[in-house]
Amino acid sequence: MTEIFFILFAVVALGGAVGVVISRTPIASLLFMVATLASVAGIYVLFEAHFLAAIQVLVYAGAIMVLFLFVIMLLNLGHDYRADLRFGLWSLLGFVVVGLTFGVLAQGFLDVGDTGFREDGAAVAAALDAAVQEQGVAGVIAEPLFTDYVVAFELMGLLLLVAIVAAVVLAKPRSRSGES
Amino acid sequence: MLSHALLLSAVLFVIGTLGVIIRRNAIIIFLCIELQLNAVNLAFVALSRYTGIEGQLFVFFVMTVAAAEAAVGLAIIISIFRHYKTVDVDKFNLLKW
Amino acid sequence: MGSVASVLTSGVPAQDAAHWEPVLPGLIILLPLLGFVANSVLALRAAGWSSAEVRAGREWDPFAGGSRPLTHTLPTWIGPGVMLVAFVLAAWNFVGMFGAELHEPVIRSYWSWISTSTLQVDAAIQLDQLSMVMMLVVTGVGFLIHVFSVGYMKDDVGYPRYFAYLNLFVFFMLVLVMGAGYAMMFIGWEGVGLCSYLLIGYWFTDREKSDAGKKAFIVNRIGDFGFLLAMFMLFQAFGTLDFVPIFAGAEGHFAVGGATVTAITLLLMLGAAGKSAQVPLHVWLPDAMAGPTPVSALIHAATMVTAGVYMVVRSGVLYALAPTSQAVVAGVGVLTALIAATIALQQNDIKKVLAYSTVSQLGFMFLGAGVGAFTAAIFHLMTHAFFKALLFLGAGAVIHSMHHALHKVDSHEDAQDMRNMGGLKDRMRITWVVMWIATLAIAGIWPLAGFFSKDEIIWYTAAWAGAEANPFGGLYTLYWVVALVTAMLTAFYMARLMVMTFHGQTRLEHGARSHLHEAPRVMTVPLIVLAVLSVFGGWVNVPPALSESALGFFGALPMTEWLHHWLEPITHDAAAIQVAALGEAAHDAPLLGGGELAWALASTLAAAAVVAVAVRQLAPRRVLTAAADATPPTGLRGVLYNKWYFDEIFDRTIVQPVLAASRWCWSFIDTVIIDGFVNSVGNFTRLAGWFGSLFQTGQANTYAFVLTLGVLLVLGAAVFL
Repeated sequence: MTEIFFILFAVVALGGAVGVVISRTPIASLLFMVATLASVAGIYVLFEAHFLAAIQVLVYAGAIMVLFLFVIMLLNLGHDYRADLRFGLWSLLGFVVVGLTFGVLAQGFLDVGDTGFREDGAAVAAALDAAVQEQGVAGVIAEPLFTDYVVAFELMGLLLLVAIVAAVVLAKPRSRSGES
Repeated sequence: MLSHALLLSAVLFVIGTLGVIIRRNAIIIFLCIELQLNAVNLAFVALSRYTGIEGQLFVFFVMTVAAAEAAVGLAIIISIFRHYKTVDVDKFNLLKW
Repeated sequence: MGSVASVLTSGVPAQDAAHWEPVLPGLIILLPLLGFVANSVLALRAAGWSSAEVRAGREWDPFAGGSRPLTHTLPTWIGPGVMLVAFVLAAWNFVGMFGAELHEPVIRSYWSWISTSTLQVDAAIQLDQLSMVMMLVVTGVGFLIHVFSVGYMKDDVGYPRYFAYLNLFVFFMLVLVMGAGYAMMFIGWEGVGLCSYLLIGYWFTDREKSDAGKKAFIVNRIGDFGFLLAMFMLFQAFGTLDFVPIFAGAEGHFAVGGATVTAITLLLMLGAAGKSAQVPLHVWLPDAMAGPTPVSALIHAATMVTAGVYMVVRSGVLYALAPTSQAVVAGVGVLTALIAATIALQQNDIKKVLAYSTVSQLGFMFLGAGVGAFTAAIFHLMTHAFFKALLFLGAGAVIHSMHHALHKVDSHEDAQDMRNMGGLKDRMRITWVVMWIATLAIAGIWPLAGFFSKDEIIWYTAAWAGAEANPFGGLYTLYWVVALVTAMLTAFYMARLMVMTFHGQTRLEHGARSHLHEAPRVMTVPLIVLAVLSVFGGWVNVPPALSESALGFFGALPMTEWLHHWLEPITHDAAAIQVAALGEAAHDAPLLGGGELAWALASTLAAAAVVAVAVRQLAPRRVLTAAADATPPTGLRGVLYNKWYFDEIFDRTIVQPVLAASRWCWSFIDTVIIDGFVNSVGNFTRLAGWFGSLFQTGQANTYAFVLTLGVLLVLGAAVFL
């Protein structure tokens, strides 16, 4: 059952990814991207990462992709059908490099067993399941997030604040010459 | 299933990379970068199943950075579009000497 | 480095001077340097610090009238003033040394100049009988010439600059003669060369004059090259450059006639020949007459050009150990004396005659130093300083007067050409008298200074020619004959100079004659002092063979043989070596026999006869003015008139090949190889830049591609290595 879902999600995710790259219009790419993100969220569920699956759908597929959509609509790019794929020698080179990269990555992933790089992978998975039973899916992430990683968490908040300010400043139309 | 998930993540990553290399539309390049990030996230999640909860924490942080990056990146695209009336990366080559 | 206080007092005693303490010896050197600094400041002020005032035309113009600015009055007191104080100090020290009967040199070391594991050179001065004589000549004659310059250079815009150079020259000359080693001597040696260059090219806006300065500098470089090599060899042999250890150890270190000592002394001779204008390096000295006439008197007659003689005498021990070098020194000297004297016969420029006369007399000094008559060489150096300075200053007075007279009538005739002069004796009585005194002195007429000094040199040549073990006896005999002939030539060309300048009809155009006038007192007083010295200067060293005879006033002179005894501590080592090597000097002449007294009497009578005949024959002769005398002489006269074609030969054999080689170096090595290499480096850089810029497409895709490539490499390394 799990394998069937995995294959289903994997196929959709791959198809969506290919669609993102080869779609002629940004809107189509965006929609393919949403499909991919949703499928990846499904795979997260298969790996018992329910909380991340939820925020993947909410934040990524929801908020961020809508932001993209807004920008595309704002800039009126939806009707730009001009082909912008590169072909010829350049794409061939791209394929070669990308293929080699895949080969190297696959080579690196080959010797991973069914339970990861650790000997006690199964025990870790069992302990995780027990913790989820005890604390709930949000609790297992929240507990280290607000204890061991609290500084990083606060810095993330700061980063988001800075990003928002930067986005406002950048996107705001420039004032006319000399006025401030 | 773990190795398959990792292979899937590798495939998604190289597809994203290919998109960055061969597309000219800045928005789509940006989407492809998000795709790469997602591929990495997938690897993190898959491995965290047998390694510990820190993998998922990392994905959480990556998502946050991705959100911030999306906000700033899109603002930059808007500002470039305002200036050049296009988002074709061939048209803005300010980095060239 | 010692404090200024230690310089101003008498320094740190380097060795125990038993019974004599010099008085402020450092100050004697320091005073001219202070004068140089002060005059330099005034010179800079006169030039408006940055020439801005000169460009604005606000500098003082001596011919426009108006009061002299301070920059042109203060040097009058500073320049000669420091010289007077230095001379008084030197004389004071002389009196002290005279009473002390010093046997060892007194050395004052001020600070360590060069200090390495092997070479130690101190900034040290050495006071002994030889340096004392030189100090007295330099400061004494130097002071008189400074005073003369006040009058001669009065109307020159560069007045303070002139005195700055002159003071600087005296400073370096004192370093040269007082230095306690070859290294210190070399400092002075180069310094006086620099000042010589600056003063020859003093009127540097005149291309010919600045070229003459360059010529002097470059020819001197050839000699300095020899001096430097000799210093290196001395250092290798002795591990030091100080005089005292070198001369003390020389006899134990070298065998008589050894190759090393011969090479050292020949190289030193090369240096001396450059500085003292000996054949074939004499060509710069006549051209050096482009400088102001007092400069010619001080630097190119009395002091600097005698530095080579001083060096040979100072290194007397080394020369005594190398008889071959001695024969070379004497040969070069006598050859120079003869060639220069013959050239002087046909020159018309009054300063050129005197210049060749100087070269000739320097040749006599080298002859003396070469045959081992070191005292005689220094004696002739001293008397020559008196009468040649007098001749130059007298010529300066004549030129000064001629120049003013020609200037008054706006004539552009040459003020130095004797063909334009004649009959000046009625207008310039004092100059005429003192110059006759100097002429008779240089001609070797008894009892003037030149007679005693020149005769001693000639006689020593004859005496050493007859020494039993002298391998060069025949050669010395030839030297002696040539020297006698040259002495007669000297008498002739000096008489010719006097006749053409002062006697006969005035060839100056009519309007200018009335403007001829005697020089002002500031110029004539030094002339008179020098004339007195030219008369009596020879009496300090009457040879023993003459002292009891009529030529020595029957022994009535108070200072008979004084200089000989005075310099004994310096020369006795060398003399002992020479006697051991060559045997005792003979008492009779090598040809015709006869002793010193007979030959001295004969030579002075012959010289007097030559002068008398020359005056009698030349005075009535009609001389064409320079403008009318257009055709240069031919035949032997032409050879002499063109100075034996030395300049032309050097031009063909050295200057032109060097120029051709330089042009080739420029056109091939420089433009093709060096420029080609440099340009290739530049072009390669551009090519590399162009190649690199190919990757700078400015497109995000390209950068992403390269980035991925990098990721691939790193990943591949991580996975497969």
